[in-house]
Amino acid sequence: MTIGILAIQGDYEAHAKMLDRIGASYTYVRRPEDLKDVSGVILPGGESTTHLKVMTEEGLFDSLKQFASDGGAFFGTCAGTILLAREVHGPTQESLALLDVSVLRNGYGRQLASDVHLGQTKLRSEPMEMVFIRAPIIESVGKGVQVLAEDAGHPVLVRQGKILASTFHPELSEDPSIHEYFLSIANDAT
Amino acid sequence: MDLMNNNLWRVKVGLAEMLKGGVIMDVTNAEQARIAEQAGACAVMALERVPSDIRKDGGVARMAAPRIIREIMNTVSIPVMAKVRIGHFAEAQVLESLEVDYIDESEVLTPADDEHHVWKHGFKVPFVCGARNLGEALRRITEGAAMIRTKGEAGSGNIVEAVRHIRTIVSQMKRLTLLGEEELVHEAKELGAPFELIQWVAKNGKLPVPNFSAGGIATPADASLVMQLGAEAVFVGSGIFKSSDPAQRARAIVKATTHYKDPKVVLEASEELGDAMKGLDIRQLEEKDLMQTRGW
Repeated sequence: MTIGILAIQGDYEAHAKMLDRIGASYTYVRRPEDLKDVSGVILPGGESTTHLKVMTEEGLFDSLKQFASDGGAFFGTCAGTILLAREVHGPTQESLALLDVSVLRNGYGRQLASDVHLGQTKLRSEPMEMVFIRAPIIESVGKGVQVLAEDAGHPVLVRQGKILASTFHPELSEDPSIHEYFLSIANDAT
Repeated sequence: MDLMNNNLWRVKVGLAEMLKGGVIMDVTNAEQARIAEQAGACAVMALERVPSDIRKDGGVARMAAPRIIREIMNTVSIPVMAKVRIGHFAEAQVLESLEVDYIDESEVLTPADDEHHVWKHGFKVPFVCGARNLGEALRRITEGAAMIRTKGEAGSGNIVEAVRHIRTIVSQMKRLTLLGEEELVHEAKELGAPFELIQWVAKNGKLPVPNFSAGGIATPADASLVMQLGAEAVFVGSGIFKSSDPAQRARAIVKATTHYKDPKVVLEASEELGDAMKGLDIRQLEEKDLMQTRGW
């Protein structure tokens, strides 16, 4: 099984390093043909406006939607979650609309509000480190969306079917459990 | 190394991680910022005048007016950086109060202190600093820079200095990976950098913070060149808004930076562009006109 990592811009190498650590194979996705043979796609942190712009120009926007309807799995972190959301505010922008949540970009404020928290998740009993960087806020979730973790009253890790999304950056922590969880989702997808 | 082992440091470097593979564009007003964002910039740098105008007009170049920076922050949703003069910690305090996302302690502005740079660990907002070689980069990191950009020669439209600086840093890092501990102590003395950081670079073969390139990038191929030489993202200053076709050139440089290893895409990005900025022959510049020699 190979995971594709969207590599337009952002911290895609941090995701690659995490997948290396847990022995998963991956390939970088920059054009539609890079999606051939991958079972799941990671949409990394970075600037969602940049990702959206380049994705659209390269025809990746439509290929990723097709990949989802063919049963592919997705894992979005921060900007990736913005791209997956059904609805985006602050300001409004287009998105893949694969995950039934509405998000507010830079929901906590600017860089000075970036921080590291410890929080509970439904993945295990011990708390997990959560690195928030100019993070979005998930304002509301649809019925089919499972909230796996909350922080300060907002969902920060959610799952809907084969789509997993966090507003924080598990790829910037040492703990591989969320990536391992995503691999199990992607594995079921194939 | 405690200064570099805490959550504040991690989110400072974390934002730099998010900018990797992207293009940070110099802008002087909200309209330019909007053009940059629409072209796919991953951040903008707010400044009073672009480097080529500073070079042409002369005078003291200072931090941009807070009103302009605030207008830019209200216009775009991507991170907004702004420049302070080397050593001018009061300008940095002003920018921190304004809540910009990153501060560039920059040789492009007229230095305020010819001996000291800002103690950047004392700030909550992250800093980027310029460097021409490994020693300079590690001194800035010691002071708290969470991102390094090679200096190049700002406002020149000439890539030669950017190439020199990225090659120098990369080759100095490669060299360290081959040395024994006793040799590293000697290197610490030669490079004028703390032994602990020298040791870290020797072990990891890279800087402990992201390393971007700046100063002279004017074309898509320039961006591809410095990325292939080891830069992790690019800053474009005068190269965009001093060209005949800013929006199109901005888009082209973004595209070439994402696909820097793919010459066919860099070709696509290079087609149908108008004239690049004119550019300067660095050899014709006098020592006093160089910006890269500011700071140490």
